[in-house]
Amino acid sequence: METLSFEFPAGQPAKGRALVGCVGSGDLEVLLEPGQAGKLTIQVQTSVNGSAQRWQHLFERIFDESTPPALMIDIHDFGATPGVVRLRLEQGFEEIGHD
Amino acid sequence: MTDSAALLKLHLERRSFVELGARQRAKALLDAGSFRELLDPFQRLMSPWLARQGVVPQADDGVVIAKGSIGGLPVVIAAIEGAFQGGSLGEVGGAKIAGALELAAEDNRNGIATRAVLLLETGGVRLQEANLGLAAIADIHAAIVDLRQYQPVIGVVAGSVGCFGGMSIAAGLCSYLGVTREARLGLNGPQVIEQEAGLEEYDSRDRPFIWSLTGGEQRFASGLVDRYVADDVAQIQQQVSELLQQGLPTEQRSRQAELFLQRLARLDAEPQIDPATVRELYQGARS
Amino acid sequence: MSTFSLRGLQWFQALSGGATAVSGLPASLKVADGLLGEQPVRFLAVVADPENRFVRARNGEVGLLEGWGLAKAIDEVIEADRNQSHKRALIAIVDVPSQAYGRREEALGIHQALAGAVDSYARARLAGHAVIGLLVGKAMSGAFLAHGYQANRLIALRDPGVMVHAMGKASAARVTLRSVEELEALAASVPPMAYDIDSFASLGLLWETLEVSQIEQPTASDLAQVNACLAQAIRDVEASGHDLSSRLGASNRAASSKVRQLLRKQW
Repeated sequence: METLSFEFPAGQPAKGRALVGCVGSGDLEVLLEPGQAGKLTIQVQTSVNGSAQRWQHLFERIFDESTPPALMIDIHDFGATPGVVRLRLEQGFEEIGHD
Repeated sequence: MTDSAALLKLHLERRSFVELGARQRAKALLDAGSFRELLDPFQRLMSPWLARQGVVPQADDGVVIAKGSIGGLPVVIAAIEGAFQGGSLGEVGGAKIAGALELAAEDNRNGIATRAVLLLETGGVRLQEANLGLAAIADIHAAIVDLRQYQPVIGVVAGSVGCFGGMSIAAGLCSYLGVTREARLGLNGPQVIEQEAGLEEYDSRDRPFIWSLTGGEQRFASGLVDRYVADDVAQIQQQVSELLQQGLPTEQRSRQAELFLQRLARLDAEPQIDPATVRELYQGARS
Repeated sequence: MSTFSLRGLQWFQALSGGATAVSGLPASLKVADGLLGEQPVRFLAVVADPENRFVRARNGEVGLLEGWGLAKAIDEVIEADRNQSHKRALIAIVDVPSQAYGRREEALGIHQALAGAVDSYARARLAGHAVIGLLVGKAMSGAFLAHGYQANRLIALRDPGVMVHAMGKASAARVTLRSVEELEALAASVPPMAYDIDSFASLGLLWETLEVSQIEQPTASDLAQVNACLAQAIRDVEASGHDLSSRLGASNRAASSKVRQLLRKQW
């Protein structure tokens, strides 16, 4: 297991918070909460060691598409594929949008 | 509407309970709008033991505690997340369940008739927290027996993990127990029995064999559970609601030592056992 | 040479000297009514019965007959003392290697039999009986849940053969996908995973640990020491209530207290 931290530029703080997923095999849990304006911070605890680069690239691809709201995101990962990570993050963004 | 059209409609309207996570299950059972979670995941009360063993924790430690109502009756639900570490109970998750049941009993002593519903999807003790999991389960047992003096404690084993280990004992202590066809209920997990007793005694990979002995249908037919329900949110909700309305059972299953000893005395324990023998021996347990 | 432990039986015989044996129970249960000083008590032990009808329960495991049999033996006490102001104490002498692992056991609902025993111990406690667990050997998993873990006070003899755990090492290794060596290394640094009684004591679950000179065959002074401790435990229960709250408070079990505090606040 390793713990990784990431930071990305962001817009205004999100309004709501959300929890999606579960720390089950091939899945992950994502907790999203409002952060400081302009900043998106992510902390990842993952069962897969040596995966910092992969997470970095994945986040870059997702956040390049559009500027995310300011959030603190906690990820507890149990070996999810990049496709599942993206799906969960999108779910999470949609849920905070609804609050 | 023709019969087949009605059947099709029923089928299409059916919503699987088994496929829901613990939090969704709790929400699905509680009256609309009444769900209030205690120690929610954002409070991050996580296992102090998993991370130091290199195991990724979950924010709610795999247990959801929610207060609300079912059919207007005050209820606390404890739902175990089977997908996280096999639903195993560690110190935090175990204390959440025990603590909630203890407070429900205290409510009753103070004139508030809080009932409890346990959604059991668990392999039992989480081995990374071994003795603290075991201690928590002893606390859960104590709290069920205490609360059960006042109001029913209802256990539901839906599947797909089933209910094993010390928590199968907790299931055995419940006032009422409901299962689906996907449920299994037994003290020892198949792998452990095979490890301890050998392949001939218990083949953990022979799924039909294991289901025939410990599956929901067999447990119901043997009178070891009270309700056998389809994997459907509405039907499970209705059964739980009915059982809550029923109040305390006249005869608690775990208090029938004399009856079970008599039955066991009648059994020829020499030959290896099959499911039909159990049904026959225990017939009449359920009226 | 026997393949099973005789400690439970030895301690039962020593403690229940002069007590009246209770009959009508499975041969794997030793139960007797006696006195501890002035205090009436019922001693209960699960022991090996090589002739047990259930072959997977011949080495002192807690199986179907043992679970339901304990329930019966305890229910008798609750019933008999129903109108007594001073209730008999229950002394569970614990030397149980495991629950019974077998096809017959699972098929016939061993979980329900163990629930029967737990139910009776817990109801005895709620009815005002002091329940004391005396650990003289193994106290493993479901077997301990059924016989001992509902006690108001747990007393353990300090000895390498006295251990509390959720699962035997071989099975625990298999289930957690580790080697036995890896498991032992982890256990050394994670108190709840350890098999020794001092690590267990650090979790705050024991009321007392005692050193005796001959654990396999207690001497007169061993017996006197344990008797005194049991009597003291009963008095302690009577002075401070019948729930299990005295087990909380150790720093190695801090989360259990914290969860309860926060639950109460948010209730």
